[in-house]
This record gives sequence, C-alpha cells and structure tokens, in this order.
Amino acid sequence: MQQTRRCTGGGGQGLATVCAVSASGADRGLRGRTAVAGVGETTYYKRGQSTDPEFVLVVKAILAACKDAGINPREIDGFCSYSNDRNTPARLANALGLEELRYSNMQWGGGGGGAAAVVQNAASAVHAGSANVVVAYRGLAQGQFGRFGQGGRRPAVRGEFAYTLPYGVMSPAQMYAMRTTRLMWEHGIDRSTMRAVALAAYHHAQNNPRAVMYGRPLDAETYDSSRWITEPFRLYDCCLENDGGAAMIVTSAERAADLSDTPVLVLAAQQSGGHRSGAWVHNPTDYATSSFKLGAQHLYEQAGVTPDDVDVVQSYENFTGAVVMSLIEHGLCTYENANEVLTFENLRADGGSIPLNTSGGNLAECYMHGLGMQIEAVRQVRGDSTNQVPNVNVSLSNAGPMVEIASTAIYGTTEALG
Amino acid sequence: MSALAEASYLPEGLTQPAPMRDGMDAPYWEGTRAHELRVQRCADCGTHQWGPDWVCHACQSLNVEWVTVEPTARIYSWQRVHHPVHPALADHGPYIVVLVELPHADNLRMLGNLLGDPMQDIVIGSDVEAVFEDHDNGNPPYTLVQWQVTSS
Repeated sequence: MQQTRRCTGGGGQGLATVCAVSASGADRGLRGRTAVAGVGETTYYKRGQSTDPEFVLVVKAILAACKDAGINPREIDGFCSYSNDRNTPARLANALGLEELRYSNMQWGGGGGGAAAVVQNAASAVHAGSANVVVAYRGLAQGQFGRFGQGGRRPAVRGEFAYTLPYGVMSPAQMYAMRTTRLMWEHGIDRSTMRAVALAAYHHAQNNPRAVMYGRPLDAETYDSSRWITEPFRLYDCCLENDGGAAMIVTSAERAADLSDTPVLVLAAQQSGGHRSGAWVHNPTDYATSSFKLGAQHLYEQAGVTPDDVDVVQSYENFTGAVVMSLIEHGLCTYENANEVLTFENLRADGGSIPLNTSGGNLAECYMHGLGMQIEAVRQVRGDSTNQVPNVNVSLSNAGPMVEIASTAIYGTTEALG
Repeated sequence: MSALAEASYLPEGLTQPAPMRDGMDAPYWEGTRAHELRVQRCADCGTHQWGPDWVCHACQSLNVEWVTVEPTARIYSWQRVHHPVHPALADHGPYIVVLVELPHADNLRMLGNLLGDPMQDIVIGSDVEAVFEDHDNGNPPYTLVQWQVTSS
C-alpha cells in the first residue's frame, strides 16, 4: 500500500522513476552503505587433515579478519553464518570476550547458498543500526564431522529424502547432476564449456599458495580422461572437500573509510529463489536454473551497475555446469553464445574478458562453502589477489547455484559509486 | 500397464523410505504397496502436485486430495552414477537415475531408477512405464516405483 501511495501521489516527469525505484526497494538499499573492512582465512586443508577442531578454525579466521581490518575483536557485536554452522554466536562471543552481543543470524537453505547472503544479512544489520561490527563466517571440518560427499547411513528416512536416497541419489553431485543434463539438452551447452571453467580454476590456483591444488596443475587431456563421478560430471567438474575457517568483517562505510584509504564497499547483496525453487523431488517450476534469474535483476539495480561493468567474477562451483548457468543468469553471457564466450582464454585473470574464479575457487583453492570466494572478490577490489585483474572497480561473487535459495554480492571501490 | 519387478535394481542395504510421522505422504506409500501410483491433486483448482505438501501450491487451498494416475511418463532428465558413496553400492557398478514427467498430471516430475542395461543410451523424451519394486523385508515393508522404457 505504501508503494501504491507513493506512485500515485507524485506527478510530472519524475513519477516513473520514483515508482520503479520504490517498487524494487532500491531507495532503501545497501548500495555503498557498508563495507568489508577485513578478511581472514585459516590454512586450507584437504578434508580430515586439520589438526585444529572446527571451532578453533573459526576463531582463528575471525582473529585474522580483525587483524586485517585493524580492529579489536571485542568491537564485534554481531555474527552471521549459514548452512547450520555448528559454531554458534554465543560460544564465539564467549571466546572472544565480547561485552555485548547485539545481533546474530542464521541463513536458512542448504549448501553454500548463504555465502553471499551472510554479507547481505550482516550489511543489512549494520545499515539498520542493529550492530556496528558484524562478522560473516563459516567453519568446516569435514574430518571431524563427516563428509558432504558421502551418502546417508541411516536405516530409514522420511520426507523428501525418502524419494531420493533409496534410488541411490544421496550426494550433492547426485542431487544436482540432472539439472546440468537438462541444461546441456535444452541449450546445447558443450562439455568443453564446463571444462573451461575447471581449467581456469586450476590455472589460477597455481599462483595462489593458499590453494589446496597449488602445484597441481590441470590440463585438458587430464580433465577429459578423468573418471566419471556421475554423468555428466567428471571428477574435475566437482568441488573439493576441505577443512578450514573463513571470516569477513562488515561495518559501516564511514568506519571502513577511517580504517582504510581504499575501503571495499558492498554495492549490493541479494538472495535469490524462484517459483517453487524448494519444491520437493526435483519439482521447481524452472528446473535447469542456477536460481539466479530473479535475484540478479535486483542485484544490479541495487548496485547501480550492469553486467558490462563487472570487472571480475567469482562464481561458486559446486559443479561446473552450475557455473555456466550462473554466468548466463547474471547476464555475463547468453545461452546462445556461452560455448563461444566461456573459453579458458576468456576466463583467465591474465588477459581474459571474463576473469573467473581467480583464487581457484571451490574447485582448486578450497571448498569453504563459498565464503573463500567472497573473500577473493574483496581481494580483487583491494588489489591484492594472487591473480589480480587490473583496475577492478566492480567485483561480483555468487553462491550456491541450483540450491533453493542462492545469493550474490557485488563489491566495489568508492569510484564505482560514480 | 504397470509391471512388477523380479528383483531390486539396487542392492539391499541402502537407506529405506518410511512415511512421514505427520501422515502427509502416507497415501503415496500405501499406494505403491498396492501397486498404484498416487499423487496429489487440488480438489478446488484441479492442479496435480508433486512432491507432496499440505497446501496446493497453485491456489493455496488446503483441500488437497490423493488420486491414482496412469503409471506412465516420459524421461525429463537423467544421470548415470559411477562413483558410489554408500557401502552397499561399493561393488555394484554404474546405475541410472531418471527424472520423469507425467504429461497427464500437469507435468509433475518423479524420480527413480531406469531399469535395464546400466550402460544403455538414454534419450530425453522417451516414454517409460512404472515398475513396482516390492521390498517385503523392509521395516516397515515398502515398494519403490522404478521406470522402464516402452519406446524410444
């Protein structure tokens, strides 16, 4: 009702603009209001190889992010995480000696769909005045708590999984392969396009000492001859399984400007789910989708940029086919030209037109449930990536394609505000 | 139209299904035991619905019924699983999972295995029919719905 009154209450030339902006909520948006003041990561381990418990990994990542930001950890007054992270805000607040905990938030939804949503939630809390220094974090110790890539071991299951587990559909690859089959069939996406995504990630990991696959390059022949996990995914189409912790410090743009001469602004952050995107047993209305078709529109509108303005992209790889969907749905290429545009040459940080997954991403740096890819997007704006793209003003990073609620954030320099 | 499986497609030892404790999907599992394929249909707007829910997703009516539909479909998507992630499948070899759609029930989709040669060519759009696979030794006993190609 409020929007209707605003649209009909005005007059003259500016009316259409007012209506368009208020309908989307962009007039109360996040654009440039908050910033990522610091980022922190632990050593990234192959799953099961961390000697630290998961909680210690998270504490280490948060302390590293505070040091990076130049703030006292006791200034933290809020926490945001996702995917039922086991390391609760209350326990973290105890450990960090916080005098006051003003905000805590858990993003619903499976998988890594929350990795950019936590930035949205943290930035929203700061922008609303609910808290001043909010940590977005994720910790994973798959050795300690069990692997994502293994199937259910319970004798019986009820609900949605009763319709999948008895048919041998239990791992994430098995849950999402058929969306990629359908993408390839509907739109003629080639295997070579998926291969280019894998090659770009491994190429970038060779310059990134943090990467689990540092020193382990991948070539096209090795990709082509790698074993099937489940058709249409080969081994190198699938993300890693890792142990580690990652954290980002979100605060107001004003505070960030006090801490740094070149603050990394949050230009937009948006969750995205479509019609019945969570419908059981593979029944979302739109099936061969990364779930970004709707959210991407709000994202760009909020950021005040277009796909042409994006200088570098981190696109969450649970599986390579989902990256192809994501890039299309973010307007960075089309169904028609994806096979021509998404080549290894074009996806490289060193000279490509769409530099992609410049840390090595979930395929070759670390599967930190996508938060590492948000951090890499921040690094690209700061100019300290190990695969730095020149003159980055606008840096996009999405999370959790194909899950029921995915998310994307756009980070930028002060210049990006125009 | 429907057929009865002579042996289970995947080995015993996988997680078995059980009806939800709140009774929402009990008619489906009772139906498979009777070798009937039951899905939801809204008594108000007539839309078929899958997976099951208490609410019609099309018109938000709570008046959702169960109906028996013809157990035929066509292949919508597929995967051939090569890497086992469960001990019961460790030595089994590849198996096929299909997502099928039911044109006579608002194109709702159901998931199952595709019977026959696990290395067979799979063609999206192929007609399939349901095969009821009884697991009388389950706790509780249950019946899975599998699919096999009727034409290509």
